[in-house]
Amino acid sequence: MDIFTNLNALTDFLATSLRLSIPIIFAAVGGVLSERSGVFNIALEGCILGGAFGAAVGAFLTGMPMGGLVIGLLVAGGAGLILAGLAVGLGINQLVAGIAINILMVGLTSFLARLILGAEATSTLPGFHPMAIPGLSAIPVIGPVLFNQDFLTYLMYLTVPFAWWFLYKTPWGLNVRAIGDYPIAADSAGISVPLVRTAAVVASCMLAGLGGCYLVLSQVFVFTEHMSAGKGFIALAALILGRWNPLGAFLACIFFGFSDALQLRLQFNSPDVPYQLFSMVPFLASFLALVFFAGKVRPPAAIGIKYVRGGK
Amino acid sequence: MTNLKLQLKQVSKLFGDFKALDNVDLNVVEGSIHAILGENGAGKTTLMNILYGLYQPDGGTIKLNGKETVVPSPRKAMDMGIGMIHQHFMLVDSLTVAENVVLGLPGQGMQLSLEDDAAKLSQLSETYGFDIDPHVEIWKLPIGMRQRVEILKVLYRDADIIILDEPTSVLAPNEIANFLDGLKRLREAGKTVIFITHKLEEVAEVGDRITVLRHGKVTAETNVADTTAKEMARMMVGRDVVLDMMEKPDTPFGDVIVSARDLRAHNNRGIEALKGVSFDIRAGEILGVAGVDGNGQAELAEVLTGIRNLDSGSLTVHGEDITEKLVYDRRHEIGISFVPEDRHETGLVLDFPVSHNAILRDFKVPPYSKNGILQKGAINKIAGDWVERYDVRLRSLDQHVRFLSGGNQQKLIFAREVECDPRVIIVMQPCKGLDVGAIEAVQRTVLEQRAKGKAILYISTELEHILNVCDRVAVMCAGEITGILSPEEATSERIGALMGGIKDEEVA
Amino acid sequence: MLEAIRYFYMLRPVWAVMAALLLGAGLIAVSGTNPLEAYRALFTGAFFDYYGIGGTLVKTSPILLAGLAVIIPLRAGLLNIGVEGQIYMGGLFSAMAALLLPDMPGLIHIPICVLAGALGGGLWGLIPGYLKAYHGMNEVIITILLNFIAINIVSYVVGGPMMQEGAPYPYSVEIGEHLWLPWIMPGTDAHVGVIVGVVLAIVIFFLLRYTTVGFALDTIGRNAQAGRYAGIRVRRTIVAAMFVAGAIGGLAGTFEVLGLKYRLYHLFSPGYGFDGIIVAFLAMLNPILAPLSAFFLSGLKAGALVMQRAVGLESTVVEAIQGLVIIFVAASLAFTYDRTFWNRFLERRRNLEAKLGDANSTEKQEG
Repeated sequence: MDIFTNLNALTDFLATSLRLSIPIIFAAVGGVLSERSGVFNIALEGCILGGAFGAAVGAFLTGMPMGGLVIGLLVAGGAGLILAGLAVGLGINQLVAGIAINILMVGLTSFLARLILGAEATSTLPGFHPMAIPGLSAIPVIGPVLFNQDFLTYLMYLTVPFAWWFLYKTPWGLNVRAIGDYPIAADSAGISVPLVRTAAVVASCMLAGLGGCYLVLSQVFVFTEHMSAGKGFIALAALILGRWNPLGAFLACIFFGFSDALQLRLQFNSPDVPYQLFSMVPFLASFLALVFFAGKVRPPAAIGIKYVRGGK
Repeated sequence: MTNLKLQLKQVSKLFGDFKALDNVDLNVVEGSIHAILGENGAGKTTLMNILYGLYQPDGGTIKLNGKETVVPSPRKAMDMGIGMIHQHFMLVDSLTVAENVVLGLPGQGMQLSLEDDAAKLSQLSETYGFDIDPHVEIWKLPIGMRQRVEILKVLYRDADIIILDEPTSVLAPNEIANFLDGLKRLREAGKTVIFITHKLEEVAEVGDRITVLRHGKVTAETNVADTTAKEMARMMVGRDVVLDMMEKPDTPFGDVIVSARDLRAHNNRGIEALKGVSFDIRAGEILGVAGVDGNGQAELAEVLTGIRNLDSGSLTVHGEDITEKLVYDRRHEIGISFVPEDRHETGLVLDFPVSHNAILRDFKVPPYSKNGILQKGAINKIAGDWVERYDVRLRSLDQHVRFLSGGNQQKLIFAREVECDPRVIIVMQPCKGLDVGAIEAVQRTVLEQRAKGKAILYISTELEHILNVCDRVAVMCAGEITGILSPEEATSERIGALMGGIKDEEVA
Repeated sequence: MLEAIRYFYMLRPVWAVMAALLLGAGLIAVSGTNPLEAYRALFTGAFFDYYGIGGTLVKTSPILLAGLAVIIPLRAGLLNIGVEGQIYMGGLFSAMAALLLPDMPGLIHIPICVLAGALGGGLWGLIPGYLKAYHGMNEVIITILLNFIAINIVSYVVGGPMMQEGAPYPYSVEIGEHLWLPWIMPGTDAHVGVIVGVVLAIVIFFLLRYTTVGFALDTIGRNAQAGRYAGIRVRRTIVAAMFVAGAIGGLAGTFEVLGLKYRLYHLFSPGYGFDGIIVAFLAMLNPILAPLSAFFLSGLKAGALVMQRAVGLESTVVEAIQGLVIIFVAASLAFTYDRTFWNRFLERRRNLEAKLGDANSTEKQEG
């Protein structure tokens, strides 16, 4: 394989791996936040899509990538509010609510995208382009991979450690972890369980939305229907493998990014082999990883259980 | 006159038409240990909930440090220096001691300062002789230590008054001594302690004053020094408490029905819960199993009924080895019935109608179903018959069982487990959460089955209930049977020792 | 009065659908079309026109079966999101049976193909069922991943080994005419798949309500621990339920191949598996209502194309409305009929009225 012999190929491969893993990283970190507070979030897929849609519309209407970012975050945040309203407010089964959001997002974004973007749907949108960090980007191999990236990638570098710090080093993170394991204790300590959960869910969806923004504003610069293509579910697998820890989830996402980049490369090198065998790899990898490694892993103890005050 | 830290005058609380508290007076002296005594339903919990701000009184006043005041919420109560220790600890297992203590503490800023907090906690812990490592996760600590973490929590928030709800109900006998020592040290440090209990020996050992509640009214408030345990018991119950055993015909026992030898099994956490349990039960005999909750009783019931697999050991019924038999076969072939401890989680499906719950264990068997098809007519007829004979109060057979009272739910379960004419009946905590009338009905049913020649295993933490009906009492501690006694031999000292793990041979 | 309130609650899905249609009307208006015209085209096109009904029934076949495939495990508390994958595997296995087995008279070959399809789908249900029952794995994520894997497998097969020579995009060779399923409405594409679906719905309804199998499933769904106590083999039942559900999903795919397309196409299911979820909730998990809710949902989809031709509105608006339907239906699930609450409420109202009545009469006397 040329990636082991040719430095350029290696650099290329690593860069691709990173780029492919970024949307998943955002979504997985968001998922960790929500699930740590005790709420399943399978709406990550819908939020990536919603974020992508919002980013496209925002960039289109304002002519600026930042405009896209803002609208993308708003759309994903809106989806998060609906999810929180259903799952936390009304107490509906969290998995059902998440699936409902996914279906809603698919339908809404398809319809509204055609409506708003209309004929211009295929023209390139303004986006974030790579900005090299002077000095660091000159380091061989890892320089161009890590330090010649766009704004959202750099944002991701900050987001992952921030999420870790937030969860383990701040009082609010402590609240989140307590609520995910034993909400009664948090409630009796005066913490509002519904409030924290709602905030966690909305933040989680917005992070997933960031992943969608990245797809549109930093990767392909256009919106296509169903463009999330299962990334939200791979993010879920990643967060389970990462044991509900932001750093663990990050590593799992990198692994999936590698496998995705690998399959693209193999595809490129063997044009005769049908592409589906390769495009299946990330999903197959997630599936196998879950089956073999996640069996013994325990999620936060109170996840999925509607919290009702007044139980003894 | 010594300083009154807390004073309640003529406090009342109504729930609808029910008077939970009726003009209650409470006078708690500063720096003392004050016990609130009473039976189930006397109003202790309601009183305590008012003290720490969960409920507001409907009448009367509360004076704290001589000033009239209101306790609007548990959060405010803590600010006012009133700390509450619940029976079920409010601790997050996966977090450390320090993290649990600082959870929800106001004024922490952007970042946790766990190192500083841990240091302060260590110091506090040392002052009271608690010996707690602040960096340990809660799930690694034994129950007695977890309780001390709860106490540390309120001390850390500068509580002057510490209220404890049935604090020793979750402790093993050896932990109780440590706990009472801890109370004494709190008193020495000038804290005021109020604890709710029905354990008279503890009150006698550490209490300064007691208030006795009965049916929402104060029947006595006095110094511990001025009274005796017997008098306290009488004040609680309103009559001389005598261990009255129910009418038991003296029929000789039949053959050995259940024979268990060296049962070993582990619990859901992978820890060995049964460490070689052996016993026999004869026809027409009730073997009681006493002991503090969590010493293997649940696992024992589960291996007998087949819900849990044995690691090793033999189990025979009427000579037949049943270790490989499934739950279904044990019930239908062998004839083992089970009234579980947890009505709601195991014994019933709350969102099913009464009729469905009646056939919950027998639905595959005629007459309830034929060739896989449920026979609604037969089901309703038989269920209706049970409801009448066992006096289950309900609106209709189609009503979801969730809406029945605890006592009626238990009657339904009993009907189901007894009407199938089993050979062996296992009951676990059958009187939990029931009022006096329902308890009597349960005990009567158990004795009726005894008269019919069933072999009965009666597992309970309520010693009084066991001694009322059992022919022999086995005591379990840490997965072993530490001794088997007859009711006459079952004095509090001997049972207490056995519960505490001191095996029979070791008692002098 | 209590009965009236109870019926109001029972019709929750209807109110949810109406709310979704209302909001949908807003979306339609925003895009510059008259909602009333759009809806009229939609509903007449779907339900009030011979060819329209035919088109609706065509979609009802897979959507109804998908709904049943969701309902059965859901009664046991399992969320089968993998129906899409089960549809694909069913299509694959049945196509393989149709194309790869030696020639046989239709009367024998068709049932074999159907069985093969059911087996394929059943397999895809067995995997998550086993993983959940014996290893406690969350069936939601497993089934979702399996969906993608199944779609890719089919894609590969019809783009490669089984592809029709010279096809412009991936699809298989056509299956023999003797294997085509009979039509039920001459002149349209509606085939017997729908009938099978309705029959299955009735059978499943009967099974769930009146047999020990249904009792066991419902018990596990509400309280698995009580199920064990009741002597039910919980793990086996879960695996069996998922296998059967997968098999029904497989049937959905099978009938698409044998009854409609007569070939295995790449991406032949436009999300019928997920429509099944909507159908299941609309039918409130009651199999006997599934045909109705499936027919309605299919009508929406079929009518969307008619609407697009008639008023020029993008058919994707119907996808949006579908999304709204499931959100509202999901939300409506939270409101359950609480008899005691309404009893007390009505009693207070009666007392108030009585008091007002007294006050009025005294007033009249004094006035």
